This record gives sequence, C-alpha cells and structure tokens, in this order.
Amino acid sequence: MKLIIAIIKPDRLEAVKQELYKEDINLMTVNEVLGHGRQMGITEVYRGAKEMGNLLRKIRLEIAVNENYVEPTISAIIKGAQTGEVGDGKIFVLDLAECVRIRTEERGGVAIG
Amino acid sequence: MKRVALWAVLLCLIGAGICWAEEAANQTGAVAAIQPDGQAKSLIDTGDTAWMLISIALVMLMTPGLAFFYGGMVRRKNVLGVLMQCFIVLGVITAQWILFGYSLSFAPGKGFWGGFDWLGLCGVGAAPFKEYAATIPHEAFMIFQAMFAVITPALIIGAFAERMKFSAFLIFTVLWATFVYDPVCHWIWGVGGWLKDMGVLDFAGGAVVHINAGMAALVTALVIGKRTGYANKPVSPHNLPFTVLGTALLWFGWFGFNAGSALGANGLAVHTLVVTHTSAAIAGITWAALEWIFNEKPTIFGTITGSIAGLATITPASGFVTVFAAAVIGFLASVVCYVSVAIVKPKLGYDDSLDAFGVHGVGGILGMLATGLFASKAVNPAGADGLFYGNPKQFLIQLVGVGVTVVYSFVVSYIIYKIIDVFMKVRVPERDETIGLDLTQHHENAYTILE
Repeated sequence: MKLIIAIIKPDRLEAVKQELYKEDINLMTVNEVLGHGRQMGITEVYRGAKEMGNLLRKIRLEIAVNENYVEPTISAIIKGAQTGEVGDGKIFVLDLAECVRIRTEERGGVAIG
Repeated sequence: MKRVALWAVLLCLIGAGICWAEEAANQTGAVAAIQPDGQAKSLIDTGDTAWMLISIALVMLMTPGLAFFYGGMVRRKNVLGVLMQCFIVLGVITAQWILFGYSLSFAPGKGFWGGFDWLGLCGVGAAPFKEYAATIPHEAFMIFQAMFAVITPALIIGAFAERMKFSAFLIFTVLWATFVYDPVCHWIWGVGGWLKDMGVLDFAGGAVVHINAGMAALVTALVIGKRTGYANKPVSPHNLPFTVLGTALLWFGWFGFNAGSALGANGLAVHTLVVTHTSAAIAGITWAALEWIFNEKPTIFGTITGSIAGLATITPASGFVTVFAAAVIGFLASVVCYVSVAIVKPKLGYDDSLDAFGVHGVGGILGMLATGLFASKAVNPAGADGLFYGNPKQFLIQLVGVGVTVVYSFVVSYIIYKIIDVFMKVRVPERDETIGLDLTQHHENAYTILE
C-alpha cells in the first residue's frame, strides 16, 4: 500500500479529478495549502507596507492506493496537472503501514478501495 | 500607464481651476442665486430637498451594494478585483461627471450631447433648474444624477469579471461613460433630447441605465471571451452571504433610485416606492417557485436574482403604472430573466460571468416595453397611456427607444473595446487569470489561510 501526496495548482484540480476518475480512482482527500517552490510568490502591499516572497495557493491531494494503482494514479495526476511551467507541483509516494476502515474494522488492502 | 493616470488627474485639476476662476468672476450673479433675496429661495421646497438628499445617499449606497452583490459571486482570488472596480468607478465617474459628464448629459441642446454650458458645473448652483426639477436646488439634481452615472458602468463589471486588466478597465469606463452613457442619457432625459421629444417614457433608467449597461455587458462578454476553464457551467460563488447582503443594499438603495426619480416628496414618490417594492417581492417569489418546479429546490441565490430582475424591470415603469401592473411586471421579469439566464445563456455559450446582460439588459428591455403596455395617465398625468389604456402608439414609441439604445450601446461599446485592445490588451494574460486579479492587479489578498 502506498500513500500518494500531490501538490498541484488550484486551477488544475478539476482536470486532475477527471483524469483520476478515468482510472477508477474515486477516493481522495483534498486540502488547500500554501506553497513556495522554485516559483516566486507575488509581492503583496498593504497601505504601502510590502510583504515579499509570499506563498502561493496550492492544492494538496492525498490518495491511498494498493500497489497496482500506484502508476495509474501518478500518470493521471501528471496528465491533469502538467502545464510545463514552473509551479506545476510535486508528487510524493510514501509507504503506507496500515489502513483501517472505521465502519467495518476491515484492515489492509481491502479497506483502501 | 501610471504617467497617463497622473496626467489625467492633473488635467482635471487644471480644468476645475479654470471653472473656479470663471465662477469667481461671475460671483455677483452666483451670489444672487444663492442669497435668499426672497424670490430665489421661495422656489425651493424643503420637504422635496430633504427627500432628495436622502435619495442621493440611497443611490450612492447601491454601488458598494453592487460591489458585494458581484463580489460574492466570483472566486475568492478575484473578490478584491471586483470590489475595487466598483469602488473606483465611484471616484472616476464622479470626477468625470462634475468636470464635463453632467454638462454633456443634461445641458439643454438638440445635439449628440447636451452641450458644454455646464462644464465644471459652471452655473449649477442652489437655484432650481425648472425644466428638470422646479422645487429642489439644481445642484441636488446634478449629484442625484451623478449616482446614476456611477452605477451604470459599474453594472457592466459583471460581464467581464475575473479577467479584465485594471488599467484597461479604467479607460473603458471613462470612454464608455462619455460616449455611451452621456449621449443616451441626454437623448432620453435631457432638455432637447430627441427620444424625449418623441415621447419615450423611462421613469428611472430602464433604457438609460439597464439596457445601456446590459448591452455593453453582452458585447464585452462576447469580445473578451470565456474565462479559462469555463465549461458552460457557472463557477461556484465564493461567498453567497455577500451576494445576499449586496442584494439587500441594492433593494434598499433602489427606493432612492426609483422613488427619488419623482424628484420630490409627494404622492408620486410614495406610489413609485410601493410599485418598486411590489415588483421586487413578486419577482423574488416567482424565481424561487420556478426553481422549485424545475430544479427540485428553491435557492437563495435564485430568489435574490429574481428580486434584482424585478427591480431592474420595474425601473422604467415605476412612476407610470399601478401596483397590480407592477405585480404582473415582477412576475414576467422573473420568468423572462430565468429563461435568459438558465436556458438561453448556456445554449449560446457566451460567458456573461455574473449575468449583467441576462438580468439587467433583458430586464431593462422588458421593463421599457411593459411601460408601453401598462402606463396610465391616471397614475401619472405627466406620463402617457399605454397599449392597455387605449394608446398603442406609446408601445411603438417605447419600441423605438429600446431599439435605439440596444443598437447604439452595442455598436459603440464594441468600438471602444476594440480601440483600447489595439493599444493595450484588455484581457489579463492567462497566468494572471489563473493566479487571480487580487494578487496580480492589486498586490493584495482578500483572505488569509495562515496568519
């Protein structure tokens, strides 16, 4: 089991979701986060007071999958989120030790999907 | 752009200075008008003037109300952009109005514009100008009309929301006010205006305000193109409570807009207020009912959209029709605008982001035509009888008024847009649109995620 965490541009979320649905991946958690990679943030000015290097809004997706879904998930996220510009984001893949479905107390691979 | 803005402000100041000097030279005359020498003072009715002062404030509040009405509907990365556009219009058009806009619109004359006699408000003082309003200071009429001139270009913002460059917006607004609002306003309301002389009835701005802005909205929505990622479905509004608050402020302000257009504290003003309120109420219920029937549930967004449609539609008719005619007009307003927003717009596929055309343009046209049907001399002897009161000619006159405004606003708004687009791209680059207008156009953020 793997936990896939992706940081993407907010306006790509809809496209990424559609790509994931095509691969039959329907379960995900979505967060709004602030991020700052190589892309520079935009300077903000409040009554003349400058705030430099601010963070930009990003979307963070968390998807837990069984091994056979790892590559389809990654390629679906890339398909939906890639624009070719700086700031497209990152995908992290982590090992997942356990997964429990609270309703039924099932554990492991069956609990994920 | 910065330099241009600075020069514009400087020119305004010089213009104001010249007029001031002229007025100082004519001081004897001006003082005679203001000083209570008996005759001049007795013309002014204190009750009428008090009501106008309140109406002016009420109509002023509509522009910030509109800012919140629109602001709630956009995504949160663009909310400050919309609020800023609405607020800056309050400043820019007020400056335009006192320098030359009022003169172009209302100075008596038979030309394209009224004339240049009242440039810089020269000669516009405390003494009433009988042809417009005999019992209130001329200055009160001037500033009341200024609020109309402000809210009209602000209405157009809904069409190109979330994707217009701020600098281009400023230039568009000033040119549009000068070459579309001012002439049409003169033709319909100004002494010597040819549509006014023809007998076109527009009590509080169905054609001057709503059709004018609505057609400009349609043009700009068509020319600027859809928002990136717009797939024929509405973008989720980021803060509907803002939109409800904005509607409440608009409804409240509309009493000044319509009842204030009676230009006095009298029976007609009261009747206009009752008619306006009735139409808004019936239209709100109607839209909710339509949604209940066709979309399973009534929504607050739909209900307030209906009320705004009812208010926009009753505007030209408000001083001429009975209360029950107003109820019928309110009902029709919601039905017709519902069709235009929920059925026609998705079919045609243009992106009028916040339905400036679908509600104001369509509502204004319907209202102007309804005036030709329901107007009655029994309500307002200064008006005319409509088709249902045995005068089919009035309907034809209204039709001409609508046709002229629709075509003129459509064509000239298009030309203005295209000219600006030659010198500077009107639309923001795609990257800026993705990040949002707040950060890219104004360097500020409406909401924080982290402190």
